[in-house]
Amino acid sequence: MMNHVNSTLRRIAPQLVILAGVLLLNFLVFPDFFRIEFQHGRLFGNLIDVLNRGAPTALLCIGMTLVIATRGIDLSVGAVMAIAGAVAAALVVDGHSWQVALLGALCAGALCGAWNGVLVAVLRIQPIVATLVLMVAGRGIAQLVTEGTILTFVNPGLVHLGSGTVVGIPTPILIWLGLGLIVTAVVRKTALGMLIEAIGINESSSRLAGINSRVLIISVYLISGFCAALAGVIVAADIKGADANNAGLWLELDAILAVVIGGNSLLGGRFSIIASLLGALIIQSVNSVILLSGMPPEFNLVIKALIIIAILVIQSPTVKHALYILRASADPLPPGSIKEAKESPQ
Amino acid sequence: MIRSTHLPLLITIATFLLAYTLCGWQYPAMLSTRVLANLLTDNAFLGIAAVGMTFVILSGGIDLSIGSVIAFTGVFLAVILRDTSIHPLLAFALILLITISFGAAMGAMIHYLEMPPFIVTLAGMFLARGAAYVLSTDSVPITHEFYDTLQSLYWKAPGGGRFRLTGLIMLLTFAAGIIAAHRTRFGQNVYALGGGLQTARLMGVPLAKTTIGIYATSGGLAGLAGIVFSLYTSAGYSLATVGVELDAIAAVVIGGTLLTGGTGFVAGTFFGILIMGLIQTFIVFDGTLSSWWTKIVIGGLLFGFILLQKGLTWATTLRRKPAPEFAAQS
Repeated sequence: MMNHVNSTLRRIAPQLVILAGVLLLNFLVFPDFFRIEFQHGRLFGNLIDVLNRGAPTALLCIGMTLVIATRGIDLSVGAVMAIAGAVAAALVVDGHSWQVALLGALCAGALCGAWNGVLVAVLRIQPIVATLVLMVAGRGIAQLVTEGTILTFVNPGLVHLGSGTVVGIPTPILIWLGLGLIVTAVVRKTALGMLIEAIGINESSSRLAGINSRVLIISVYLISGFCAALAGVIVAADIKGADANNAGLWLELDAILAVVIGGNSLLGGRFSIIASLLGALIIQSVNSVILLSGMPPEFNLVIKALIIIAILVIQSPTVKHALYILRASADPLPPGSIKEAKESPQ
Repeated sequence: MIRSTHLPLLITIATFLLAYTLCGWQYPAMLSTRVLANLLTDNAFLGIAAVGMTFVILSGGIDLSIGSVIAFTGVFLAVILRDTSIHPLLAFALILLITISFGAAMGAMIHYLEMPPFIVTLAGMFLARGAAYVLSTDSVPITHEFYDTLQSLYWKAPGGGRFRLTGLIMLLTFAAGIIAAHRTRFGQNVYALGGGLQTARLMGVPLAKTTIGIYATSGGLAGLAGIVFSLYTSAGYSLATVGVELDAIAAVVIGGTLLTGGTGFVAGTFFGILIMGLIQTFIVFDGTLSSWWTKIVIGGLLFGFILLQKGLTWATTLRRKPAPEFAAQS
């Protein structure tokens, strides 16, 4: 058990260091960053904001991690968010309860995910192309649902999902933490995670080993669609309206970036949902440091791009290899520990 | 005997001709030279960028940065023409130099750091868009007599269609792209790279030079597309051309190029662009269809062409080798 915790810690150590660094930067530009207050029955503070605003990306990257672990990619999550938001808004505007709206949105998302999964697993279309179809058409479908307008709603139950609190903690935080825990537990306490990794490493051999890769691939895209739908509902509930054009725009890129910063290879195989979630928090903390530093907003994207490039360069295989050689030549380790270092993931 | 590699291209051309005939049958006015000329003018910048994208996709990569590079080019030109007195031609040369180096830098990162093109060009997309914001967040108009001269250059065809300079630039770019892809060593190297990295290395393809060259080409053509776009709109705006990379990718796929790389034609991309332009023109002519149908129809077309390619690949694999490997894979 202790060994298991240790290996997880070693796996997420780089992400923890980067996150700590970015949070420290936040603290340097804004000394009150870590202060958390309890006002009007809810927690307030910049740290809470990071957790709260990062909810959509965090939710997306749970599903995205599984998809990428099977050597796939899901470009359609932003569009699926727009569809789910539109469906939820349309349902409550029609007078249904928020439960029905949520269920409808989640079903729509799962349906989109299943469509992607069938294209990839059954028709054997390359994932990037298969999900591109829905990425292009999805916003059109969302506009079809909202009839081209921004559908606004006031249903308190639905709004609660985006801006409400449960015992003082904003609901979106609880949703992504909860879903992250459930999915991690399911894939790690059963063989499911290992089977998914097997597909990502070599699909043909996993199939020969008796894994039903078709069903598993469809399921991971379905989960990704489900996560996207949940994120879409949260975003729509947060602004009390469904904006088919802008909801989740470019969030698929943030989600993929979070997974990559989390140290997961785009070529599939071993994955860590916790590391991806830390990646999502790193992205949100970078956003926060730019906002808090009071720099002109024009510089936001440039700085974000430079920080991301820096993180990617540090994690690139070439630089990692060079660092490994450097370390090995500077500090000759006993043979046992070299073997261990090689076996440690990423 | 038609070779199966040519079939996607022929089907794309046939789709275009069929769609155009159907459009013309319903709205005879669509057959006029005016519509044809506008089809070229309106899609000129997209077409030029799509040529670069074709090379990138043929090599098995992807370039997500072109929309941002086009916007950056527009803003750069507008700001530099407003604040300095240099001649636009010099500004054009300067921006092409910048965009080519930008593309080359991305290519170098992809090759030397062994990072996936998807992530590198994604960071490039943020960087170029951010640089455009830094230059100006407002829409900056371009008022220069040289621009007026360039914009007034057109050939008036019988029937009232005005074939403008920008349309000509697009056609020339496509011609150059077709020659480069099929008649030069660089083109052969691109196809080899798309066929498989390992095979290309064993064949002695200069991987570093080719990869950097491909992304430099894509960056440079995105810069040229930006120049054409600034001629088209007479302004530079940092929020312009969001998502153009997706349109370009869609045009390349509809044009019959495989996204896995190695198979496809630059000429196919041209018809892909025309098909997408035709859908938009048809929706304008119809008047009752809402604009979102464009996206849905393009998505549907994408799906159709992907299925078609898949079917063709299956058919050829089955014919060549009814091997047990295939049976295991399906």
